[in-house]
Amino acid sequence: MYQFNYHRPSTLEEAVGLMSGAEDGVYLSGGMTLIPTLKQRLASPSDVIDLGAIPGLTGVTVNDGTVSVGGMTRHAEVAASDAIPALADLASRIGDAHVRNRGTIGGSLANSDPAADYPAAVVALCGTVHTTTRSIAASDYFTGLFETALHDGEIVTSVDFCMPDVAAYEKFPNPASRYAVVGVMVARCPGCICVGVTGAGACAFRAAAMEEALAADFSPGALDGVSVDHSEFNSDIHASAEFRGHLVGVLAKRAVARIA
Amino acid sequence: MASETGIGASVKRKEDARFITGAGNYTDDINAPGQTHAVFVRSPYARARINGIDTAAAAATDGVVAVFTGADLAADEIGDLPCGWLVKSKDGSDMVAPPHPPIATEAVNYVGEPYAVVIGETLEAARNGAEAVDADFEERPAVVDLATAASADQIHESVPNNQAYDWELGDKAATDAAFDGAHHVATVDIVNNRLIPNAIEPRAALGEYDAAAGTYTLHTTSQNPHLERLVLAAFVNVAPEARLRVISPDVGGGFGSKIFVYAEETAVIWAAGKVRRPVKWRAERSESFLADAHGRDHVTTAQLALDQNGKFLGLRVKTKANMGAYLSTFASSVPTYLYGTLMAGQYTTPAIYVEVQSLYTNTAPVDAYRGAGRPEATYVVERCVETAAREMGIDPAEIRRRNFIQPGDFPYDTPVALTYDTGDYEASLDKALGHIDYAGFGARRAASESAGKKRGIGFSCYIEACGLAPSQVAISLGAGVGLFEVGEVRVDVTGSVTVVTGSHSHGQSHETTFAQIISDKLGVPFENVTVLHGDTGRSDYALGTYGSRSLAVGGSAIIKATDKIIAKGKKIAAHILEAQEDQMDFADGTFTVVDSNQSITFGEVAFAAYVPQNYPLEELEPGLSEKAFYDPPNFTYPAGAHICEVEVDPDTGVVDIVDFVAVDDFGHVVNPMIVEGQVHGGLAQGIGQALLEHGVYDDAGQLLSGSYMDYTMPRADDLPSFTVDTTVTPCTHNPLGVKGCGEAGAIGSTAAVMNAVTDALGVASVPMPATPETVWRAASARGSSAEGAERGE
Repeated sequence: MYQFNYHRPSTLEEAVGLMSGAEDGVYLSGGMTLIPTLKQRLASPSDVIDLGAIPGLTGVTVNDGTVSVGGMTRHAEVAASDAIPALADLASRIGDAHVRNRGTIGGSLANSDPAADYPAAVVALCGTVHTTTRSIAASDYFTGLFETALHDGEIVTSVDFCMPDVAAYEKFPNPASRYAVVGVMVARCPGCICVGVTGAGACAFRAAAMEEALAADFSPGALDGVSVDHSEFNSDIHASAEFRGHLVGVLAKRAVARIA
Repeated sequence: MASETGIGASVKRKEDARFITGAGNYTDDINAPGQTHAVFVRSPYARARINGIDTAAAAATDGVVAVFTGADLAADEIGDLPCGWLVKSKDGSDMVAPPHPPIATEAVNYVGEPYAVVIGETLEAARNGAEAVDADFEERPAVVDLATAASADQIHESVPNNQAYDWELGDKAATDAAFDGAHHVATVDIVNNRLIPNAIEPRAALGEYDAAAGTYTLHTTSQNPHLERLVLAAFVNVAPEARLRVISPDVGGGFGSKIFVYAEETAVIWAAGKVRRPVKWRAERSESFLADAHGRDHVTTAQLALDQNGKFLGLRVKTKANMGAYLSTFASSVPTYLYGTLMAGQYTTPAIYVEVQSLYTNTAPVDAYRGAGRPEATYVVERCVETAAREMGIDPAEIRRRNFIQPGDFPYDTPVALTYDTGDYEASLDKALGHIDYAGFGARRAASESAGKKRGIGFSCYIEACGLAPSQVAISLGAGVGLFEVGEVRVDVTGSVTVVTGSHSHGQSHETTFAQIISDKLGVPFENVTVLHGDTGRSDYALGTYGSRSLAVGGSAIIKATDKIIAKGKKIAAHILEAQEDQMDFADGTFTVVDSNQSITFGEVAFAAYVPQNYPLEELEPGLSEKAFYDPPNFTYPAGAHICEVEVDPDTGVVDIVDFVAVDDFGHVVNPMIVEGQVHGGLAQGIGQALLEHGVYDDAGQLLSGSYMDYTMPRADDLPSFTVDTTVTPCTHNPLGVKGCGEAGAIGSTAAVMNAVTDALGVASVPMPATPETVWRAASARGSSAEGAERGE
């Protein structure tokens, strides 16, 4: 680890101010990606701004068909909440117990790891990402590999999810890291059917062809013959793009089978 | 069973109290006053010329004590890291080993090879210094693919065709003749995947130099500290043996990877003398991935010839073995004398011919890893047998029965140089078939089918050769060291016993098992026996621990020493009891005059030996401390039957091991609980190889599986609850009748899993490891993907 200035602000305003004054600052949320990166000397920020002391950024609240999760809410807390069972199930399958007790939803979304679990839920549950300056719809939020619509210094303060009638998350974990090789959340909401996919591409996306097929017939069989274009999918020693494409179909069907 | 703590009792491990309370004493726990820290600067390239190394900025970095390159070691006449087993090629020529300086001088040949070492006041300072070392590399094309390495760019100037040797074993003409007359020939093409050992404790070293005495002390994570000392003294030229003490304290796992003498401890002990301060190094996990010796990595074609009844007539094996960039300490022996010699398996195959071409590539050196050659041999033999059974429509259990060496056939000379002393292979198979409920498999398979799954069953009837022996034979075949072991039994004045063994425990539980033996033999309470190991300052020259030899060889030395104690004790007792020595009997800790009520306890005899009042000093030296060297007359031959049952999800390619039975014949068992634990660990590693673990380099020689994010270590939830059982045919040539259990799990299980997976899918072969994508491709008859393609296929 290289040396850096450590800050622990008590308000969002203070945090944003520290960031704008830093030469090359980073926010620290749960630290599940940042701290290993620092330990391996793969990053050398001038300032680390720890968001852990800022009040009001945690908790799961339900309001009029919307579930709001504070940006600093730990995965374990989401896993224990009964607001959206599929979201709790997803959170319960992130990393291991240590990670779930440290990692936060805001940190996960700001990092936008292509193999993270939460992004599947954000796109499938018509999520809205609230920040220190604005609200960003899920469809605009994920922009690429480790890329989001966030501007420099912007902090994820909370994430809203629509309350689905039913939803299910199916995950094919990387056998080594247990990140999602592919994760698929299928949600049937009052106005839409959404299929959110993580792990397969550069960032989370919705599988439009599958959503259309399920809108016509919400059954696993409706997905027979419906495939996703895997030409731009990720490929590594664990799964080729072709296999990831195949898994999207298998997992989507299994998710539908659980709730249809 | 003699007692609750004697031979045969599942005594809880003495070592565990300190291990599970964090009180272990590992190398990195040891700190010396004035200690500095070493960080190695490692090659980012798989292959490059070193045009120059600028260490000025590193040396000027705050807190940096010294910066050394290979040139500094060379200037001090520090020698190359040697390979200790000379293998000869078919044509009689010696193997070709390239120069292997501990710190690279002219070229780097694998990613992670050290080319400089920075010594800092703190670890942080050393790291900063390491980042400031500036090397001018001229990158060259890397040779990575084993299958084509012989015709690729020549890596080392002194090694034509990148070939270490082209070795053979067996009778080629007889084998060819057997194939000529065969009714059926089964052929397998297999890749034995590269594994990365991953002991829980990374390698570490603390080097100290005492300028006043001119002596060196090296604490390091070695399975065999005497071998470490011998190599550092006699070959590397760090210091004479008598002025170098190597201590290997608590060590957290080795699996073979800590047998070898590596660059890091060599540089650390040398540097301690240069900077005149203690030097500490402990590997980061990523360094372990890059620079620990890897395991396996073969490409093989094998053929089994059979008659119309499924009787094996001949076996032909042609293997390419990856040595990595250099020849590690025992690398040459692994794919030869620990591999080709095992090709008879448990069978009467009359003619066998094995060819092994060992090749260099720009990858980390490959050497012994749990099983070392024998898992590779078992994989070849048992894949051949299973393939033949399926092709000929013979039940896989039945075809093995038809070919087993029978109990009456021992001692049995195989066509590949070994003489098996004893065994009953059918007994193990029968027991295993009972445990797995073989008769019920059909119904279980049907139930899986109806749930959309594919169920398969796979067998592996393995044999291994443990306790590498005897010295004279091994030395005549190229071994550079003897293969005996030393044991010392020191009876204390008060009758407690201190045992010093040359064998080393890094998880094997010597402190418990050896104490059980002593307690049993001498009738001394188990808790009054202390076992010391891992220190060249304490024990005579010894060979350490590898190849499941601790009990069979190290234990036998202790028995020999104990027999000397008893013999001397009888003399002392006879004197005190005024009887003849040949009238003395010893049992349960008491010397008795035969046919009398006169007796004296072991403790009383010990006291008399050290306080020699009533003692025959004119005939007998005082004291009760004996030492013995034991050189085994033969290998031991543990064998067993492993049966694996899997259920495959054809949609995702996920393999679920639903049942795994291991029935092993280890001869007599001293501590069944510890043996079961050894089997469990071995099974996890063997199953890991079959389904999960894979050391993968890309075409440029970069390690793609260089962390736990990508290298899949088996975890508890990857494994079933094992059914482990034993049969017993005692080893005929050692005093305890024991064979060794450390490697069996890793040797037998891999083939059983792969036979089960191929059975489930109804396909001839599946590349190993059988990862989900690999299995999915096999299940859906897709070819291999460019990304997922196995090297060598």
